[in-house]
Amino acid sequence: MDEFTATASAPLTNSIGLHARPSVKLTKLAKTFASQIEVAPGEDGPWVDAKSIVKVMAVKAAKGTTLYFRAKGPDARAALAALRDLVALNFLADEADLGEEAPGNAHG
Amino acid sequence: MRMAELRVTGRVASGGFAAGPVALFSTETGARAPHGVGEPATEAQALRNAIAAALKQLKNLAANAGSDGADILAFQIAMLEDETLSETAFASIGTGVTADCAWRTALDAEIGGYESVEDVHFKARASDLRDIRDRVAGILSGTTTDPGLPTGAIFVGEDLTPSRFLSMDWSGGGGIALTQGSASGHVATLARARGVPMIVGLDLDLGGIARRAEALVDGGSATLTIDPETATREDFAARARAAMKSRSSTDEFRTRPAFTADGTPIALYINIADPAEVETLDPRICDGIGLVRTEFLFGGKRGLPDEETQYQAYRRLAEWAAGKQVTIRTLDAGADKPIAGLTLDHEANPFLGIRGIRLSLAKPEIFRTQLRALCRAAAHGAVEIMVPMVALPRELELARGHLEEALSGLRAAGLPCRRPELGIMVEVPAAAIMVETFDAAFFSIGSNDLTQYVMAAARDSDAVAELNDPGHPAVLRLIAQVVAHGAKVGRKVSLCGDAGGEPKFIGALLGAGLRALSVSPAALGSAKEAIARVNIGGPG
Repeated sequence: MDEFTATASAPLTNSIGLHARPSVKLTKLAKTFASQIEVAPGEDGPWVDAKSIVKVMAVKAAKGTTLYFRAKGPDARAALAALRDLVALNFLADEADLGEEAPGNAHG
Repeated sequence: MRMAELRVTGRVASGGFAAGPVALFSTETGARAPHGVGEPATEAQALRNAIAAALKQLKNLAANAGSDGADILAFQIAMLEDETLSETAFASIGTGVTADCAWRTALDAEIGGYESVEDVHFKARASDLRDIRDRVAGILSGTTTDPGLPTGAIFVGEDLTPSRFLSMDWSGGGGIALTQGSASGHVATLARARGVPMIVGLDLDLGGIARRAEALVDGGSATLTIDPETATREDFAARARAAMKSRSSTDEFRTRPAFTADGTPIALYINIADPAEVETLDPRICDGIGLVRTEFLFGGKRGLPDEETQYQAYRRLAEWAAGKQVTIRTLDAGADKPIAGLTLDHEANPFLGIRGIRLSLAKPEIFRTQLRALCRAAAHGAVEIMVPMVALPRELELARGHLEEALSGLRAAGLPCRRPELGIMVEVPAAAIMVETFDAAFFSIGSNDLTQYVMAAARDSDAVAELNDPGHPAVLRLIAQVVAHGAKVGRKVSLCGDAGGEPKFIGALLGAGLRALSVSPAALGSAKEAIARVNIGGPG
């Protein structure tokens, strides 16, 4: 089997980690690439399929975790750059994940 | 005979008050599939059909759910579309298990994985998975008819799933009281957004209240009262009225243009520290964005943002504002906003050190990248550039030089761009005093720093809090001077410090001549209300 040719990493800086909405975005983006892409909460894994939201959510990566990506395939580099940017950009600055808001703040 | 009043206290997941008939809901998953074990191929087809039908229901629900609800349902849809979720179920069907049993077992294992985590946010996702499980199981067993919630009723049960919440009509009032539930779950978020009071974690025997009639949900004290005594009901009604009064008057002001008591219009903008803040806001509540703090892009350990990253973030704001003004401040790092690897670490007095424009001019490559991104975003809306911590006209002119270079670089590269207006923050006393020497397109008073520099009283020191007073005549005189200069030369003047959102300062600020304020989105309502009480009197 081929080796994974490319890797990238980025820390999770949003306030609550790799949550519902960030996971939806991450897997949707991963699915736009042909390459096989995996994500892990550490350099040594455990690696899971970055196109499966069930598996990505199961990583339960908390805030402050550095996410590692690896990919193999025709667009591996582009895929990794895009995924790293998504994480580095705070999932397009989507700080407020669903349910993140503290109770009592709702009516400001 | 009437049963005695029962009071239970839990945790508030959504504030507010609701009184109504008890609607007791059991989350028991109901009857199992009536049929016996079919052929594996038949069972597998039944599960595939049920999943497809559930997806169709969720997508219909999402189409009518509002953006927050649609986001939550998008998560459920993505989970259900992922074949990983059902693959163990299909594997057990292959060994002769019914579709219903295989599905529940597979989902229960997945749910258990979430229930066992410490992190409350992940734990709360168990509720989404139960929602998915029950929807598909309901379709499999043909028991999908959901008894609706009578209008204005109090939902009492163990837990409430997001999709069930979204399928109920809350427009006529109602409340939620749960023995389990979570204040950080999706339902809590939805309930807060729709103003539905909700209490979770109630220690209540659901079987024991089956014959009870009426409930009060008090989202102030986290109390559920069942079959209240007259005195309790009256006290509750008085508290609810008081809360309603203070809230509705603020809400009413939030959505309408700001006018003083004597009819002078005041432009009201919002301050934004993160583009995500505007997503839930309607642009109509304000006249635009008066201050975008761009430090959000530069925080964290990931290094400096590239041009594309910044462009996308600024462009989103410009598009949200749909033609209204969006004033973006260039990087204001340093002092209370250090950025690792960028700002200096060992300044004895960082508030008087290399910060704001001083840092940008010392790091021209970083400044240029930001200016390029801003010029590109300006092609999508009324973007303006505001330079912080300017003390000398020369700093503004150097910034303008960088801006021109950024523009010519972009044009040479054939990238769409536009020259944004270039203005300054007035927060260094020297700039306020010598305001007429600055050729700025607009002046925005940074009252936080201006006050601390004029009064020589730190913003973050309680010991000198009394001195740190934006309403001090010395500060107001400088503000008035800047306003007068702006009026004379026809340049815009506004204020974007915290004082603009504080009702107690608004009279003095309008008195100094200001007619434009930029405040945090949460302060919009109270600022408009305070403005409406001010009588400016006389012309101007």
